[in-house]
Amino acid sequence: MIKGTTWKFGDDINTDEIIPARYLNTSAPEELAKHCMEDADPDFMKNMKSGDIIAAGKNFGCGSSREHAPIAIKTANISCVIAKTFARIFYRNCFNMGLVILECKDADKIDNKDELEVDTENGIIKNLTKGEEYPVSPIPAFMQELIDDGGLMKHVSKKINA
Amino acid sequence: MGMTITEKIFAAHAGRDGVTPGELINAKLDIVLANDITAPIAIKEFRKSGAKKVFNKDKIVFVPDHFAPNKDIDSAEQCKLLRDFAREHDLTNYFEVGKMGVEHALLPEQGIVVPGDLIIGADSHTCTYGALGAFSTGVGSTDVAAAMITGEAWFKIPQTIKFIYSGSLNKWVSGKDLILYTIGDIGVDGALYSSMELTGEVIDSLPMSGRLTMANMAIEAGAKNGIIQPDEITKKYVETRAKREFKFYESDPDASYSKVIEYDCTKIEPQVACPHLPENTKPVSEVSDITIDQVIIGSCTNGRLDDLRVAAEIMKGKTVAKYLRVIVIPATQQIYKDAMAEGLFDIFIDAGAAVSTPTCGPCLGGHMGILAKGERALATTNRNFVGRMGSPESEVYLANPAIAAASAITGKITSPDAL
Repeated sequence: MIKGTTWKFGDDINTDEIIPARYLNTSAPEELAKHCMEDADPDFMKNMKSGDIIAAGKNFGCGSSREHAPIAIKTANISCVIAKTFARIFYRNCFNMGLVILECKDADKIDNKDELEVDTENGIIKNLTKGEEYPVSPIPAFMQELIDDGGLMKHVSKKINA
Repeated sequence: MGMTITEKIFAAHAGRDGVTPGELINAKLDIVLANDITAPIAIKEFRKSGAKKVFNKDKIVFVPDHFAPNKDIDSAEQCKLLRDFAREHDLTNYFEVGKMGVEHALLPEQGIVVPGDLIIGADSHTCTYGALGAFSTGVGSTDVAAAMITGEAWFKIPQTIKFIYSGSLNKWVSGKDLILYTIGDIGVDGALYSSMELTGEVIDSLPMSGRLTMANMAIEAGAKNGIIQPDEITKKYVETRAKREFKFYESDPDASYSKVIEYDCTKIEPQVACPHLPENTKPVSEVSDITIDQVIIGSCTNGRLDDLRVAAEIMKGKTVAKYLRVIVIPATQQIYKDAMAEGLFDIFIDAGAAVSTPTCGPCLGGHMGILAKGERALATTNRNFVGRMGSPESEVYLANPAIAAASAITGKITSPDAL
């Protein structure tokens, strides 16, 4: 169960906004986290608290394939990202490296600073501020297998050693 | 039920007779690519896994092109990681600065990617090679790390949207304009999770440079890949370059598509994508009085010889506007050499433009042409997101090389016809 306060962003939040390329001369997670969401909200890292949730509209994570984007979000201790839809490379990267993301067609109903309780097991988002409940699109079985194995690399190691 | 070209390539690489959209498969890869931004994470993951050997030293390609020539100490350290790994595993395809180019211009040019291939690359514009009739798509570094060990990757078979470009092209309209027009029509998520199959009489006669530009920007519509059925133009392009045997696949007449979209190209004029999304397109005639501070002609989208030729044709004998920085970046060393031999550099330099060694540099706000607060650029690149080329308070407009060259002369966004 994840519980946290949301930071709401709009549609088409791209990877340049999540982690601007000017910081990509390193892949150190702590360095990347310092600039998480910087070009979408320059004060984001100053104001967010560990365990907070990012909510957004459609096509979150569009643009580049940089895994630095989910790494920055994960290392900033964002507990999960909820969006109406995700760009496909970003979606794949999150599962491969273990950042919890949830596709929810009701994501537009979530506002900034709403308190959410996310039941990932049963696929339910409870909006405690608004007293609403939203279903989460089910995670494809293969993706669940990746999560259960602890990410793609562990999944691959398991297969090699089997 | 027939299959699309994308489905056939997947089936062949998964050892299957057929595949259907939505199905998950494990498939063998022909090429695995990474650059100086994405390879460092892949290398770390590879080492962490305890793997000792790459699956095939000929099939892994490392191109330090983004922040190369190294722009600072941190970038130098990242490129060194690639170099050390390439040396350790004796990678055939590692490209040092004097042999390199922007990866997606370099790989087709060198015949490293060929028709019928299944390719992944840790760079979103890996979809470029669809122009050759290959399936290629961008993935993250962890996918590349796993693929460097196993030589395989998992895929969900995408649905395919068929685009038919009919009619003929107006003056100054290129592959860039067709793909910008398409993204403007369907939006930056208009082909999300889907394959874009680009067809029609206009595509049939489009040169390889224009096809590469179109497939390159499929990702800007959210697509998994963009693909063009190989033909005589493809054959002519690859037969002298291919390092391996290649195979032409084509879609069956009864293949199934999630959507079919047709455009009458006679109605399309040169396009400009306004800030801050590639879908914010307008015909150039509707973009007026936009003054600019910088022009970039280059990138994996439009840094090929044909692109430089068009720009030079327009800039010949003219002078770059005062206070405007114009930077021409041939996408590979071969293009650089050819452009120089044709005298294109004389034209650019005499006009007052700078010519750079190949690099992705300014396209992603790395180096070699960064924008200050409040500045505006017109670029032949592929993205105009907030802060893409520098300050979060700068702006990028996207267009074809002809508009870029005309705008370089006037200092504002201009159609070549208005010169």
